[in-house]
Amino acid sequence: MNAPAMLEVSGLTKRFGGLVAVKDIGFTVNSGEILGLIGPNGSGKSTAMKAIVGIEKPNAGSVRIDGVEVAGWPSHRIARLGVGMVFQHSRPLHRQTVLENITLALLPDSLLHLFHDRTTEERARRIAERVGLTPVLERLPATLPFADLRRMEVAKAIARDPKVVLVDEPFAGLTSKETETFAGLIRELRDSGHAILLVDHNVKSVAALADRVFAMYVGERIAEGTVEEVMRDETVRRVYLGGKLETAARKEAAFADRDTPFLRVEKLNVFYGKAQALEDVSLHVHKGEFVSVVGLNGAGKTTLFNAISGMVPYSGEIYREGRPLAGQSAAAIARGGIVQSPEGRDLFTDMSVRENLDMGGQHLDAATAKERIEWLFSLFPILKTRQKQSAGTLSGGEQQMLTIARSLMMNPDMLILDEPTLGLAPVILEQISKALEKLRQTTPITVLLGEQNVTFALPHADRVYVLEHSRIVWEGEPGRFAAEIGADYL
Amino acid sequence: MKKRLSTLQVLAISALVVAVTAILPFFVSGYILGLLTVAFYFGVFAMAWDLLFGFAGEVNFGPTFLIGVGAYTAGILDNLYQPPIIVCLAAGTLAAIVGGLVLALPALRLRGPYFGLITLVAVLILSNFVVVAAELTGGEIGLTVPDVITVNADTNYWLALGFMAVSGGILYFLSRSPIGLILQASGQDPVQTNALGFNVSKHKLAAFIVSAFFSGLAGALMVFYFGVASVGTFVDLTVAVQIIVAAVIGGRRTIIGGVLGAVFLIGANEALRPVGDLSTFVVSAIALVVVLLFPSGFLGLLSRLRGAE
Repeated sequence: MNAPAMLEVSGLTKRFGGLVAVKDIGFTVNSGEILGLIGPNGSGKSTAMKAIVGIEKPNAGSVRIDGVEVAGWPSHRIARLGVGMVFQHSRPLHRQTVLENITLALLPDSLLHLFHDRTTEERARRIAERVGLTPVLERLPATLPFADLRRMEVAKAIARDPKVVLVDEPFAGLTSKETETFAGLIRELRDSGHAILLVDHNVKSVAALADRVFAMYVGERIAEGTVEEVMRDETVRRVYLGGKLETAARKEAAFADRDTPFLRVEKLNVFYGKAQALEDVSLHVHKGEFVSVVGLNGAGKTTLFNAISGMVPYSGEIYREGRPLAGQSAAAIARGGIVQSPEGRDLFTDMSVRENLDMGGQHLDAATAKERIEWLFSLFPILKTRQKQSAGTLSGGEQQMLTIARSLMMNPDMLILDEPTLGLAPVILEQISKALEKLRQTTPITVLLGEQNVTFALPHADRVYVLEHSRIVWEGEPGRFAAEIGADYL
Repeated sequence: MKKRLSTLQVLAISALVVAVTAILPFFVSGYILGLLTVAFYFGVFAMAWDLLFGFAGEVNFGPTFLIGVGAYTAGILDNLYQPPIIVCLAAGTLAAIVGGLVLALPALRLRGPYFGLITLVAVLILSNFVVVAAELTGGEIGLTVPDVITVNADTNYWLALGFMAVSGGILYFLSRSPIGLILQASGQDPVQTNALGFNVSKHKLAAFIVSAFFSGLAGALMVFYFGVASVGTFVDLTVAVQIIVAAVIGGRRTIIGGVLGAVFLIGANEALRPVGDLSTFVVSAIALVVVLLFPSGFLGLLSRLRGAE
């Protein structure tokens, strides 16, 4: 293939303070080609994408669009040169029609262009037709189904016929049928000569579309090639699936509360506006059990946990020891002993490590609190040496340990851990992993862990649920995971 | 389905309202004309503010900074050299634009609430400056200008009405133009608007300059209507709050709603004068209720009623 490289990235590096989010990344996308840029959460793929379109300014490296060096340009100039981006989340103009929203994308970047003209509107109509929006042109975005909103975003991104089109998580929130139509749309774009970069979590989600795949992990390139090559790649397998699993799962029959489990979730449905975040999700957790919910970003893990914690409205039932939790406030549920350690960590960054822990132990009497802190320091020795340091200056891994420790200060019956590995280096994961294992073996605590990192989620788990596109698609012992469903996680 | 009024329909209705308002001097007292004159200038303040907030999405807590700079520049110039009034008006407008630029250039770089905070601080600095530089500005007593445009109440009324109608027309046209669309997008999602190829900072800065132009000119005109400039009428934060309230209860993102809000605020304050100090309280309470119950303001309420038909 001798098509010209429309997008040429080399040596791209982006640092945030001391954290290197993207390290020396390079690839090319040709005209009429689809490249899948994949990587787990925190791998730096989104940052790389932002650095390409100029939303983030790269620290080093080169980005060429059709031969023109654009690294460091402001994003509106890069866009004018011929880069269109389809955002995963966008806020369209709510008081304007779909047609007007597309027309917006066609306007010149000029303060002197004061009159609307017919030709622009005509062009907008043609673009709408191309993406299949003609029937809804006069409607307001808020009245559209989610799939049509995505089409509108595509229409905006391709309005000025860009050379390069970037799509962030193309299929997030779409049903399988919508996914098919949407994939067809992206294929058409490729066939009409656009160079396309799809950014997503794993190979599987872009497998049907991508001509080539570029895989990232903690900011670095780990593999590149055809879909098959990348799926066979040892490093990719290790990152997504982990090495040989050593599990120590306890049989479900071993738990005393077989009939009335500690937590039972039945037919849970949650909507965010039009997008369904959870669909008929049912699961249960026994007292003292360690259950992992495995799913990619956007699968619905956080939504599930927020529903259990009483932070999002839902339909369906959630029972704790047989009694419904519905109607209780989030604060009451947390005081009752179901404590969530949030994905975003939410530490008091200006307070010291010790103060953060003290906050978690507010309701304990002084002696118990002291005893508990000592125990936590034995669980996470590093925190003991960092007591006086303010939480904001800790490394990502230390912050994660502090978050877990703070939740444990509340002496929970059940600890919900949402994506504790987010953005952490492998060596830190091991430390946290050890602490979890110790927790499991030395305390009667019940743990519900949400993870996309299978390597981290499986070893401690007694049972595993797989959440995919808002639904539970698999349940079983961790030992059976790799054989039965592992391929989906590449 | 709910159908919005077309630009032409809105202009036609507005022209009709302006025409009816224009013959008021033949029917009502000079007292009411005086109130409406002030309300019209206030309406321009509110409309200029709405362009920034409703469209560019920037909350300017200091509309009175722009107004005050325009008013005091015009007043001081007249006081010192008595050039033709038109020169004073031009100087006031220009000063407001320059002041606005000095304020907006650094402030628009900041994210989140900082733009609002800076505009707030600017008002405090200006009102302190007026008090400190009393020899030039008349300080707390106020600055008396030797000239007025006219002493005829009818002429003053028509001037204010005409000015408001023209300003409203221009601002409304801008808001419905392609630039208005880009501004709204910038206010809603600046990152994406940039990625669509629009220089968001440029557009926001332009909106700020337009807002400063009308605020400054309206401020300068009002000085020559009152014949006096004081912190309490042009700069004070309570004035700024009233302008914001007028724009919000009139109808955010509507531009012309600001005039409705201004007429309502000035009218209600006056009507409630007999209850003394309570009037401010009552008007504020009404404003609060409107904002809480009908966040889209009077015009939003109107369009909702139409939609329900």
